[in-house]
Amino acid sequence: MKSIRDLLGEHLLFRDFHPDLLELMAGCGHNVHFEAGEQILTEGAPASEFYLIRSGKASVGVTVPNRGTVLIETLGPDEVIGVSWPFPPYRWEFSSTAIDPTSAIAMDAECLRSKCDQEPVLGYQVFKSFARLMRDRLQATRLQLLDLYGNHAG
Amino acid sequence: MPADSDESTGRGPMTPVLYRVEARHQELADTVTIRIAPVTERLTDPEPGQFEMLLAFGVGEIPISISGLGDGGGELEHTIRSVGAVTKALCTSAVGDLIGVRGPYGVGWDLDRATGHDLLIVAGGLGLAPLRPAMLEALANRHRFGRLVLLVGARDPGSLMFVEELERWRGRFDIDVAVTVDAAPPSWRGDVGVVTKLLSRAPVNFGNTTAVVCGPEVMMRFVAAGLADRGVPPGQIRLSMERNMRCAIGHCGHCQLGPEFVCKDGPVFPWDRMEKLMLVRER
Repeated sequence: MKSIRDLLGEHLLFRDFHPDLLELMAGCGHNVHFEAGEQILTEGAPASEFYLIRSGKASVGVTVPNRGTVLIETLGPDEVIGVSWPFPPYRWEFSSTAIDPTSAIAMDAECLRSKCDQEPVLGYQVFKSFARLMRDRLQATRLQLLDLYGNHAG
Repeated sequence: MPADSDESTGRGPMTPVLYRVEARHQELADTVTIRIAPVTERLTDPEPGQFEMLLAFGVGEIPISISGLGDGGGELEHTIRSVGAVTKALCTSAVGDLIGVRGPYGVGWDLDRATGHDLLIVAGGLGLAPLRPAMLEALANRHRFGRLVLLVGARDPGSLMFVEELERWRGRFDIDVAVTVDAAPPSWRGDVGVVTKLLSRAPVNFGNTTAVVCGPEVMMRFVAAGLADRGVPPGQIRLSMERNMRCAIGHCGHCQLGPEFVCKDGPVFPWDRMEKLMLVRER
């Protein structure tokens, strides 16, 4: 059975991390599994844990009056559920639900924030990884906004 | 050079050949696939990725990619979105109507160069149409390639084309097919997000992959950059460009892109020849 450290090192987000940093983070993580349809994050709830997906698929959505939960994107292996955990007020801004049975590493947000504060090298690496992740999501969102596939004939 | 040169046919390079609409299939509300067959003279069979000039009599002529070959009798399939007068006329053509055809033109996907590689096919929106013949050729010669992966992006579930074929391909054990849409209702069980998101999950050895990409130009640019970042050699990333092709034989210059004539040097180009040109702002 693989250790949390090994699993962290296999995830795309932390694949380039030095083993010592993975070891340091490992104490904040544990394995979790969600069944299809199970709620993973709820908008407005405390951002206490985020999830590194190992397998499966989850939705990200937001509640819109009269429309219910609007699906924004889906996340799969090597992606991350929850990016609001590093920033005050430490609350989720979107909801997430497992679409398929989903296995992930749950990371205790307060634990990792504390370790990032105490170990600037770890903090820099973690925030660099999340900055890249958020750049990718921003880029994807901008492409979605362009409505590239629409028929834009005059 | 068009296959139907003056010497072989006695016909001028701008003279179309008559084809008859044999069948039409409404793919989407604004998009139709027509199957056409020669009335008398038959044009050279196209290579996947090439295009033809289709003439709607009395309206005009436009370049359209080939989306399929018929049963070997010279039939051709073209998938056309109604965006202007000519495409509207072609989309509304009825079975039995005559249209003019010139071609085939340009450089195609040239899958021979991908032999021994993993083959990654990335389609966005209507871009699946020109890639369909490449997919069919790859399936017919499955042994020539390593992994075969098809990634498809569409606006929403209702905008997916060739759905029956996608489902059939998805059911095979020797292909990986992933579909994502930009927006979807809660009932959608598939992926939501732009097609670039699927790249990291593509089960290929990026260093030994040939990628063929077709879709809106911005989408192709981000896909190509994403593939290059992951280690696909730029010369092995092939994109199908779209420009204002008029003569289709490199004479009129309407489709010139830097030093390239898209009609005869393309429409399929490697990323290492397109990267800088695609960032040049058009006037």
